[in-house]
Amino acid sequence: MHPIIIIGNGIAGVTAAREIRKRNVEIPILIVSGETDHHFSRTALMYIFMGHMNYKDTKPYEDHFWKENRLDLKRAWVEKIEHESNRIIFQGGEAMEYSDLILAVGSTPNKFGWPGQDLPGVQGLYSKQDLDELEKNAVGAKHAVIAGGGLIGIEMAEMLITRGIGVSFLVREKKFWGSVIPEEEAKMIEEHIHEHHVDLRMGDELDSIHAGDDGKVSHIITKTGEKIDCAIVGLTAGVRPNIDWIKEGSEVETDRGILVDNHFKTNLPNVWSIGDCTQMRTPPEGRRPIEAVWYVGKIQGAFVAANICGDTLDYDPGIWWNSAKFFDIEYQTYGTVLPTPQEGEKTFFWKAPDKHITVRINYRESDLAVTGVNVFGVRHRHQVWEKWLSDEAKITDVLSELGAANFDPEFFKQYEDEIIEHWNQENSQQVTKTLGKGLFSSLLGKLNTFKAK
Amino acid sequence: MSVTIRESHSIVPPDPKLDKWERLGLLILGIGLALLFGSLFNIYNGNLKPVMLVVTMIAIFAGGLIYGLRTHLIKKPGIQNNNIMTASVSSRGAIGWMIGVILTTLYCIYYWKADWLSGMTQLFDPLSQAIRNKPSDQWFMYGTFYTMGVLIMGVKAIAKYRHSRYQTIRTSSIVFFQLIMAYTLPYFMSRLYNLEYYPTYFWPLSYKVLFPGEEVKTLLASKHEILAMCMLGWSLIATFIATPFLTYFLGKRWYCSWVCGCGGLANTVGDSWRQLSSKTVKAWKYERVTIYSVLIFVIVTTGLLWVFHVTQAESLKGFSGGLAKVYGFLIGSIMSGVIGTGFYPLLGTRIWCRFACPMAAILGIVQRFKSRFRITTNGGQCISCGNCSTYCEMGIDVRWYAQRGQDIKRASCVGCGICSAVCPRGVLSLENGPTDQREEYQIDLLGGMKARQLEQKTNQTK
Ligand SMILES: Cc1cc2nc3c(=O)[nH]c(=O)nc-3n(C[C@H](O)[C@H](O)[C@H](O)COP(=O)(O)OP(=O)(O)OC[C@H]3O[C@@H](n4cnc5c(N)ncnc54)[C@H](O)[C@@H]3O)c2cc1C
Ligand code: SF4
Ligand code: SF4
Repeated sequence: MHPIIIIGNGIAGVTAAREIRKRNVEIPILIVSGETDHHFSRTALMYIFMGHMNYKDTKPYEDHFWKENRLDLKRAWVEKIEHESNRIIFQGGEAMEYSDLILAVGSTPNKFGWPGQDLPGVQGLYSKQDLDELEKNAVGAKHAVIAGGGLIGIEMAEMLITRGIGVSFLVREKKFWGSVIPEEEAKMIEEHIHEHHVDLRMGDELDSIHAGDDGKVSHIITKTGEKIDCAIVGLTAGVRPNIDWIKEGSEVETDRGILVDNHFKTNLPNVWSIGDCTQMRTPPEGRRPIEAVWYVGKIQGAFVAANICGDTLDYDPGIWWNSAKFFDIEYQTYGTVLPTPQEGEKTFFWKAPDKHITVRINYRESDLAVTGVNVFGVRHRHQVWEKWLSDEAKITDVLSELGAANFDPEFFKQYEDEIIEHWNQENSQQVTKTLGKGLFSSLLGKLNTFKAK
Repeated sequence: MSVTIRESHSIVPPDPKLDKWERLGLLILGIGLALLFGSLFNIYNGNLKPVMLVVTMIAIFAGGLIYGLRTHLIKKPGIQNNNIMTASVSSRGAIGWMIGVILTTLYCIYYWKADWLSGMTQLFDPLSQAIRNKPSDQWFMYGTFYTMGVLIMGVKAIAKYRHSRYQTIRTSSIVFFQLIMAYTLPYFMSRLYNLEYYPTYFWPLSYKVLFPGEEVKTLLASKHEILAMCMLGWSLIATFIATPFLTYFLGKRWYCSWVCGCGGLANTVGDSWRQLSSKTVKAWKYERVTIYSVLIFVIVTTGLLWVFHVTQAESLKGFSGGLAKVYGFLIGSIMSGVIGTGFYPLLGTRIWCRFACPMAAILGIVQRFKSRFRITTNGGQCISCGNCSTYCEMGIDVRWYAQRGQDIKRASCVGCGICSAVCPRGVLSLENGPTDQREEYQIDLLGGMKARQLEQKTNQTK
């Protein structure tokens, strides 16, 4: 029997492998990747650089795990897919036959053709190799420029700052991460970025990159014409599906990503695609065709496994959620919160005075049903919000029981009273607190209110 | 450089190297330790002794506090683990090894060659006289060092974890219990009533408490009968009633991370080494064998001692006494001191708590099978980064559970709460609430509703 071959040992590919193995103990499975021998957590790259962890600590499974679960690993780059003969061709010419092929090849950093973008010292941050390169580039560097204000950009800023390297951070938008978060939150994050000594330049862009006499990057020029000396340029203007090699070396149909139906099938027989590299032909309602986040890769890995093993299951990822950390500020979101409320939607926003703590709940004007939540600086419970969102609970009920969603550690200050007071000042429909998280209410089991019906 | 300064904030990032205050602190601390070392050679005599004692203590306190506070307070409240894996002291580098060797040697000298330290011991005479009204001895000096360590490094830990109220309150608690209940109070009691009793160390951790020939005998022979009976009563209540009851409600953390001095030392002095504990499945297997063996060992020893005590059977005399000696040597000295603390910079803190402490073993059994305590995970939010596992001092692979959305209910978890503090995605929460409602909302690793059905389907087919 030919193995199921999975190209990519990221979260999507590895979840698919594990889920197939759970369903089928017999079938041979091979995971191929050119990046590393073993699966590691890409989201933890920054912590290696900052010295919080070693590379080995970012591997979610011990090395013996793979053999024990009969998941074969191969470190190599794939160059071609010959679907007529069910073969993949590796760099160097070796070929291998598959019974099914899962493409889980991830993303690659965007480059927009800036002059000088390939100079030494200019780099993105996506792979383990990028991290190793940054480690080299950081030696002796005094200043860096980061171009692109997304999540990877801010992570890179934090990383460099911990080494005492100054950072000028160019962000094209007028508001930080303004395409995703509303203005109040964006402003708070900008403030916090300043507090961490980053030279944040909103509304400015990279124009060109220039080398010094040694051939390495020496400075950049911004769109506004300013010159900034630097030894490192971080290109963090988003990522795109890593499909250049697929376009060249296969007949898999692509657009921005690899096109799949809602069972993750590509246009070719027995070839599937999941994770960052994947573009849904018809995404589920309210979802984008490409969602390059960890959680989505994980869910898609499970769905493709089910479909390969014969359960025909339409993709249904449940409510949207995501999280991130901006230096010291944690962020979580459940449901949909756009930068400005959608048609027929209202927004309730509360910020703790003088603190980096905010809660925003969006709801429908007509029936007060909650549609999404953003929290910064406090932790909220996924399960509770999933229930509120899928039950279309009223915001007034949600607020009165908001303590049930509080996931902060014990003894942390609880803000439910202040949040409710704020609502009551702004709205005629008054709310009273019926449930606090409280040390004692959890001891006494009041949270039982949320027991499934 | 043509970078302009904007807003009111500096754009010069803090230099990761030690600044002048941190260096000053370390220098003063170094002087204090050098003075201490000097005392070994009996050079501080007569009136010089109290002066040198005061100067030494002040230097150690001041130096330690200046360094400890400065190093954390210049950074913003938040996770402060930068460069832990690269700094020599915390990554088994040369400095780490050096401290390990020094600590281990010191423990060996303490246990078996205490007379080498007589000069240093005598330095503490004035303090001992003031507190206990008798000259210092090796154990008084040990208690003093221990308490100083917990105090100074406790303040440092509070500064480091000041963004988390769980950590600041918990650390204050362990410092309080060490300073008052395990140092000041017992020594005052010994001064007033000639009874040195440690109310926060229970059998089986403090095994002699219930060994018939030892503390029990002293207590029974005391002229302060009521007090002695109270102490004995408390020992029994603490071991047999308070322990299971509190552990049912709160988990073993109420003791291991809030009260116990061994945990106290680990979480203060040992904090920068917590990440060195092994997270492998192999270590977990090994740990279960050793810790329950020690538990059985101490139960059998205590039992036999009592049987002999009651029956006075000659055949048991040598055997049970010998067993007690072996236990004292192997477990009481080697495991808890020489390896348990000396190896902090090499094997991580809590080696004793994890591999050998019989008290932890009992608490762990209660916690695992009959307790409300668990660490819950926040749905599907885990990004498998590994910070939680890395910083778990008990070597629990927290991520293994978190990435599946499973609650963590492990016998060894001491509830220090650091996994929850270092998680960048707010995934982990220590909880005592009733357990039944959680499973219902467990979002399994798949996240969505449909995915949950899917998982059920798999389970049925299996
Ligand atoms: C620095 C950073 C931080 C992030 N933080 C977060 C976060 O906090 N939260 C979040 O939700 N998401 C985060 N993300 C995004 C998240 O990491 C990705 O969405 C996720 O890792 C994608 O997983 P994947 O399995 O689809 O692809 P990948 O993890 O990219 O895996 C693809 C693998 O396939 C290999 N491969 C590609 N082509 C070939 C070939 N031809 N032959 C052999 N091997 C090949 C690649 O080398 C790679 O190892 C972050 C990303 C980065 C870079
Ligand atoms: S699991 Fe968490 S709370 Fe328990 S011992 Fe480990 S770090 Fe501490
Ligand atoms: S629980 Fe938190 S710290 Fe642990 S692996 Fe998951 S995201 Fe990282």
